[in-house]
Amino acid sequence: MTAPFFKYGAFGDETSLVIAFVIGIGFGFFLERAGFGSARKLVSQFYLNDLAVFKVMFTAIVTAMLGVTYLSWLGVLDLSLVYLTPTYIWPQIAGGLILGVGFVVGGYCPGTSVASMATGRLDGLAFVLGLPAGTLLFAELFPLIQRFYDSGGFGQRTLPDVFSLPYGVVVFAVVLMAIGGFYGASLLERRFGTER
Amino acid sequence: MSSNTDTLASSWSGAAERDAAAAHARSAPYSNPYLAGIGLGLVLLAAFVVMGRGLGASGAVGSLVAWLVHGVAPEHAMSNGFLSGYLGDGSVHPLKAWLVFEVLGVFVGALVSGLLAHRVATVVERGPRVTVGLRLAMAFVGGATMAFGAALARGCTSGQALTGGSMLNAGSWATMMCIFGGAYAVAWFFRWQWK
Repeated sequence: MTAPFFKYGAFGDETSLVIAFVIGIGFGFFLERAGFGSARKLVSQFYLNDLAVFKVMFTAIVTAMLGVTYLSWLGVLDLSLVYLTPTYIWPQIAGGLILGVGFVVGGYCPGTSVASMATGRLDGLAFVLGLPAGTLLFAELFPLIQRFYDSGGFGQRTLPDVFSLPYGVVVFAVVLMAIGGFYGASLLERRFGTER
Repeated sequence: MSSNTDTLASSWSGAAERDAAAAHARSAPYSNPYLAGIGLGLVLLAAFVVMGRGLGASGAVGSLVAWLVHGVAPEHAMSNGFLSGYLGDGSVHPLKAWLVFEVLGVFVGALVSGLLAHRVATVVERGPRVTVGLRLAMAFVGGATMAFGAALARGCTSGQALTGGSMLNAGSWATMMCIFGGAYAVAWFFRWQWK
């Protein structure tokens, strides 16, 4: 085991911020390459004209998932040292639904709005300005929400834990699901697509 | 791509926006989604291997708001259960946070990609029936809504769906499915924005 490098003390906090900036550049670059700096492109996902959001997201998920799985099997990466956000199922269901509504209303998500603003979209800038407003509202309401925010806690929990299945089986199932999803997406685009 | 360009161009008027439409016509087509997805996945994998954490976006806004509130009303910020998490013990500046630097990188990376593809243009993306003011207001409200949802869900499309999704995090998969569910549930009611 040698990775995650940071957790094995390969470098300190100051260096980690430089790495954050470099990794962010890669993140922003591929978001923009994919067309995710454009609200019209992003919302097309929800009108079934162009399912690039699903395709890019699931290709990225499968790529990273297979990467960590193989690196962990090879004994290079200690998966237990990779941070997992703890599961709080009720606020995450509610928060997810609110995120979905905000996506359709505003046309971006937090990460893509930064890419959009960077390429000159003023609606992307307006979305970015809305982010601290919503966060401030949440913070001010937090004393009222806290009970709900802390409800349904299951700690750091993975899908293999939940379904009592071996890690590799779930990985394989996600790959199959993604391939099925890509095929389904191509059918939907043929039916509802505006291109070609 | 052509029909998309036409609808964008026809919705623009005025000299500045004609220039923007011309810039749009010059712009390179977007990458193949599967290739862009592999690129994004490798960046995410690099974050896991090098840092032991994934990508994010909304967390940077949490740091920003915590810093702003702390600047105006320090005691109020420290006593707030949500903001105090971003402030820590006060020994480190709230903006000296991993996600803040990562999001600055997102801005630079997107700008580089946009410049290479001639896609940088000062425009307001909107449908033909929507005024500039209304579109900006909808974007602002959408941003505020997503920030609220992300705070509640402990992450957004980056930190939960993408990062947690690839780590097979149970709560992240629930969040991701609810993001798509919520979006599809209301999309029909907001189609006037783009038609």
